[in-house]
Amino acid sequence: MAEKVERLRFAEWGGGVSPFAVGSKKLGMWLFIVSDSLTFSGLLVGYSYVRIANERWPMPFEFWPTIVMATVMTFCLLSSSLTMALAVRASSLGDRARVVRFIALTMLGGILFVLLHAKEWAGLIAEGVRLWENPWGVPLFGASFFTLTGLHMLHVISGVIYLGVIALGVSRGRFTHEDVEISGLYWHFVDLVWMFIFPLVYLLSVKMP
Amino acid sequence: METTHAGHVETGPKLYVLTWVWLLVLTAIEVTLAYFHLPVELMLFLLLGLSIVKAALIMAHFMHLRFERLNLVVTLIPAMVLCIALLSVFFPDGVRALRLAVR
Repeated sequence: MAEKVERLRFAEWGGGVSPFAVGSKKLGMWLFIVSDSLTFSGLLVGYSYVRIANERWPMPFEFWPTIVMATVMTFCLLSSSLTMALAVRASSLGDRARVVRFIALTMLGGILFVLLHAKEWAGLIAEGVRLWENPWGVPLFGASFFTLTGLHMLHVISGVIYLGVIALGVSRGRFTHEDVEISGLYWHFVDLVWMFIFPLVYLLSVKMP
Repeated sequence: METTHAGHVETGPKLYVLTWVWLLVLTAIEVTLAYFHLPVELMLFLLLGLSIVKAALIMAHFMHLRFERLNLVVTLIPAMVLCIALLSVFFPDGVRALRLAVR
C-alpha cells in the first residue's frame, strides 16, 4: 500500500487536490516568475530589435572598466545563486544557523552587484547618457539600457530586502522550509534574467580595439 | 542524494558547485566571443544560444525543476518556449529593417 502511494505521488499526472505536488505558495511564486519573465522578454525583444535594426548603434563599453566590472557583477550574482541553493539545502536539513549564514552571503552578493551597477550608471550619466539622449546620437540606447538594467536592478534590490526578511524570520524560528525555498526561486530568477541582459546589452556593445 | 524529512529528493552540494562552475565557464566563453569580430546577427544567435543553456542549468538545478513533478514542468516551460519563438519572429524583421535603412 505504502509503495503504491509513493508511486502515485510521483506519477506524471497526479490530479486530485494537488496536481503539481507543490504548495500553493510555491506554485504562486512560479506563476509570478512566468509572468515576470514575459515582462522581461518583452523588453529584451524590443531592445534586441532596435539593436539589430540600427546600423549606428553606439558601442561604448570599454574592456576596462565596463566589461570587466559587468563580468565581476555576473560573478557576484552567480555566486549568490550558489549560496542561495546551499541555503535552501541547509534549510531542508533543518540547520537554521547555516540558512541564515548562507542567506547573508547571498545578500552580500546582491548588494555588491547593486553597488557596482550604481557606479556604472553614475559613470554613464556623467558621460551625458540620458533616457532620451546621449553623446552618440542614438536616443534609444539610453532608453533601452536604463529601462532594462533599471528594472533588473529593482528586482535585485527587492530581492535583497525579501531575503533579509526571510533570514530574520528564520533566525527567530518563524518561517518554514517552503518559505526559504520560495525566496530561493525568486533569487535564482533574478540571476537568470541577468544571464540574458549581460550578453545582449553589454557584450553586443563592446568597443572594438 | 539523500531524502529529507520533507520528503523532497535533496541534492548534494556537489551538483550546485558543478552547476556554478559550468555557468562561469559559459560566461567566460560569452565574454571571449564578444571580442571576435563577428556579424551582429551571428553574435546574437550565439549569445542567445549560450544564455538559453545557462537559463536551463539554473532552472533545472538551482531552481530544482529537474526534481519536480513533470506536471509542473510542462505547465511552466511553454511560456519560456513562447519567448524564444517571439525572438525568432522579431530578429529576422530587425535584420530586414537594417537592410531597408537609407544609407
